[in-house]
Amino acid sequence: MFKWLEKNIPKIVIAPSFFAILVFVYGFIAWTAWISFTKSRLMPKYDIVGFIQYDRLFDSPRWEVALNNLFIFGFLFILIAMVLGLIIAIFLDQRIRIEGFLRTIYLYPMALSLIVTGTAWKWILNPGLGIENVFKNWGFENFTFDWLINPDYAIYTVVIAGVWQASGFVMALFLAGLRSVDQEIIKAAKVDGVPTTKIYTAIIIPSMAPIFLSAFIVLAHLAIKSFDLVIALTGGGPGYATDLPATYMYTMAFSRGDLGQAASSAIIMMIVIFSVVVPYLYSELRNKNDQ
Amino acid sequence: MINNSSSSYTNLMLRILLYIILFLFAFYYLLPLFVMITTSLKSLEEIKTGSLVSLPREITFDAWSVAWSKACTGIKCEGLKPYFWNSIFIAIPAVMISTFIGALNGYVIAQWRFKWSNIIFALLLFGCFIPFQVILLPMARVLGILNLAGSIPGLILVHVVYGIGFTTLFFRNFYVSIPVELIKAAKIDGANFFRIFWSIFLPLSLPIIVVTVIWQFTQIWNDFLFGVSFSEAGTQPITVALNNIVNSTTGVKEYNVDMASAIIAALPTLLVYIIAGKYFIRGLTAGSVKG
Repeated sequence: MFKWLEKNIPKIVIAPSFFAILVFVYGFIAWTAWISFTKSRLMPKYDIVGFIQYDRLFDSPRWEVALNNLFIFGFLFILIAMVLGLIIAIFLDQRIRIEGFLRTIYLYPMALSLIVTGTAWKWILNPGLGIENVFKNWGFENFTFDWLINPDYAIYTVVIAGVWQASGFVMALFLAGLRSVDQEIIKAAKVDGVPTTKIYTAIIIPSMAPIFLSAFIVLAHLAIKSFDLVIALTGGGPGYATDLPATYMYTMAFSRGDLGQAASSAIIMMIVIFSVVVPYLYSELRNKNDQ
Repeated sequence: MINNSSSSYTNLMLRILLYIILFLFAFYYLLPLFVMITTSLKSLEEIKTGSLVSLPREITFDAWSVAWSKACTGIKCEGLKPYFWNSIFIAIPAVMISTFIGALNGYVIAQWRFKWSNIIFALLLFGCFIPFQVILLPMARVLGILNLAGSIPGLILVHVVYGIGFTTLFFRNFYVSIPVELIKAAKIDGANFFRIFWSIFLPLSLPIIVVTVIWQFTQIWNDFLFGVSFSEAGTQPITVALNNIVNSTTGVKEYNVDMASAIIAALPTLLVYIIAGKYFIRGLTAGSVKG
């Protein structure tokens, strides 16, 4: 008995976590998936009726707006944060004396809650007292900046705040990538008289492909899960102009009491995330095992 | 000679330009913080007549005391104070428990491999990437069944369960670089599983414990989704209370109180970042570029 215990102690130690994950992650996903195939409204029903909820979801104009917003927001957020992060990383990589100090400033937004970020930008972008007013005071009488309350442009304010929060982090990833490039090759290129811009575009940046992929995965993941930022900045409004799948799901689950819609929208979110993350994780794990 | 000095002149100009650009970026990242601080120190009168980016003419801490103990979060008007403590009472146990479990799990997965240990690791890792929307509905029900709905222990449970994926990942990646010979030698000396963990691995683990604790604390303190889904009037964490203060529709909009509240909510994680930024960044990058 004692021998058995001693031999199996690693398994016994990890067992609670294993079962917790099995129930709280995989079991719960299964439950949500099940509910998404039923007629559940306020209370869960367990008779499977097929794709009714998904039909309702994709017929809903609000869900269409949410998906559209996800693509607009996701695309711009990832693109701008990567470009900005790369530019800052390259500039910081030029033997800057106060690099550590600047890096600290560029990265602090990552330590903030998205609710704080949303609150700050909501105030800055406030039509009337915010940026608009600053420009008016500077003599641009006709300057208007009402994106926050303009249904056509409100989603771009989410991009502005999101980029502000995450671009410093992308910078840190890229900077680490720039530093890990083989210095010998760079030295050799410099000796050969290759101009600095060429060294970056032809040698350093191509060798950073894995970092680009990681940054993309992290940002895509952040974009799809974005919830707090929208709630704090626009509350999903005006109307539902800035709804994202995450806010749609929350509204259905907790304000509308429509479990079927909440479950099916959550499952779609998971499919979108996994189609980005699973190939990446799979290749990562396989590489690790090969080593 | 002439050529040489003109090229060093261009070089100097380029470097000055580089520093100017880097400072402009620093300015961009700091602007929201600057606006938050100055707005929180102004009177409402001055906010309405002055400019967003001007320094306060007269510094007043009234908004801060309102934010801390009088601001209304819905029907109650007790400021952020009770919610600040809620967040502390949620974060501290959740961070400690999830870090401890992660350390044990990482130790097993990295050093006591058995047939299924890699699969268990993969299952845990996958749990880090799910959109939490997919577990919200069943979690709400299970918390109800466990009689933990809307309670602080319920929120602690949620944060522990969905935190162990990351904490295990951190410790596993740290312990995997420790040679297995160490354990073999210790076993020959008669040390058992826990003794090796306690007296060999834990003393080595200080850096990764710091990284994990900071990561978990930042995640849990800044969490909004779990907080808003699983709390009730008296148990809300500070992010939820902040959002309620900012988006409450009753009475006059007090922008200075909003900003003071946002800074109070941001202060703990900001302090952690200033004191231990190095470890914070290591957690961020370890969470994305696999150790």
